[in-house]
Amino acid sequence: MQALSNTVTNYLVLASILFAIGVMGVLVRRNIIIIFMSIELMLNAVNLLLVAFSVFHNDASSQVFVFFIMAVAAAEITVGLAILVMIYRNTGSVDINALNKLKW
Amino acid sequence: MDQLVFLILSIISIGAALAVIFSRNPVYSVLFLIVTFFSIAGHYVLLNAQFLFIVHIIVYAGAILVLFLFVIMLLNLNKTDQTEKSMLPKVAGAISGGLLLIVLLGAVKGLNQAEAAQAVNADMGSVKNLGKILFDEYLLPFEISSTLFLSAMIGAVMLGKKNLKDH
Repeated sequence: MQALSNTVTNYLVLASILFAIGVMGVLVRRNIIIIFMSIELMLNAVNLLLVAFSVFHNDASSQVFVFFIMAVAAAEITVGLAILVMIYRNTGSVDINALNKLKW
Repeated sequence: MDQLVFLILSIISIGAALAVIFSRNPVYSVLFLIVTFFSIAGHYVLLNAQFLFIVHIIVYAGAILVLFLFVIMLLNLNKTDQTEKSMLPKVAGAISGGLLLIVLLGAVKGLNQAEAAQAVNADMGSVKNLGKILFDEYLLPFEISSTLFLSAMIGAVMLGKKNLKDH
């Protein structure tokens, strides 16, 4: 048994900042690879918050959920990078401004 | 002591996350993302979640970031992009992200501190305890996630083929 001196509010603030940085990266950057990295940042912010809540509420099942989120993130990145390679093969760039066929 | 380590790790992770989205060269972004992931792994150690610490290092630093670097090198994207087009979308994106941050922090500030369990069970995040939960309560989702991996693998191979008509 060990008492933690950090409160859950610290982790809430940290995860909010990391999540907002991820959202900002998706909105600001035009490079698909950087957008993928920003999505990873957001997933990690949520994972960190889940672990913090699990520890502060003494409930281990949210750590299992974090494990499943990591599994889904790995699968998502695999398929996403395969799609990115196909986009690069067809358009010759990784700029999302090249993909404006569906734009209104 | 805990507070100091938390502060240092938080500063490292926030600074590296900012460097990820603002560096011009994608390879530098990946390297800063590795720094961010390792500092988040440090947070897991601080929270006594040893199993997730190991899994995080293996999955993110071992698999995902290698995949990112591999794709960047394969597509020869390791050059700085100097597309200086319109600044308006960038400014708008930065402002919207900042507004989201303000909303989230306001929600956190308005929250009254719940009665949290302050005495932490030291072996809750251990491999033994989480393995028991994972293979007892969450056995079906675990098996379904293996199916997800199989389909993701098949999908990646199918998408990566040069021309489907040839086969």
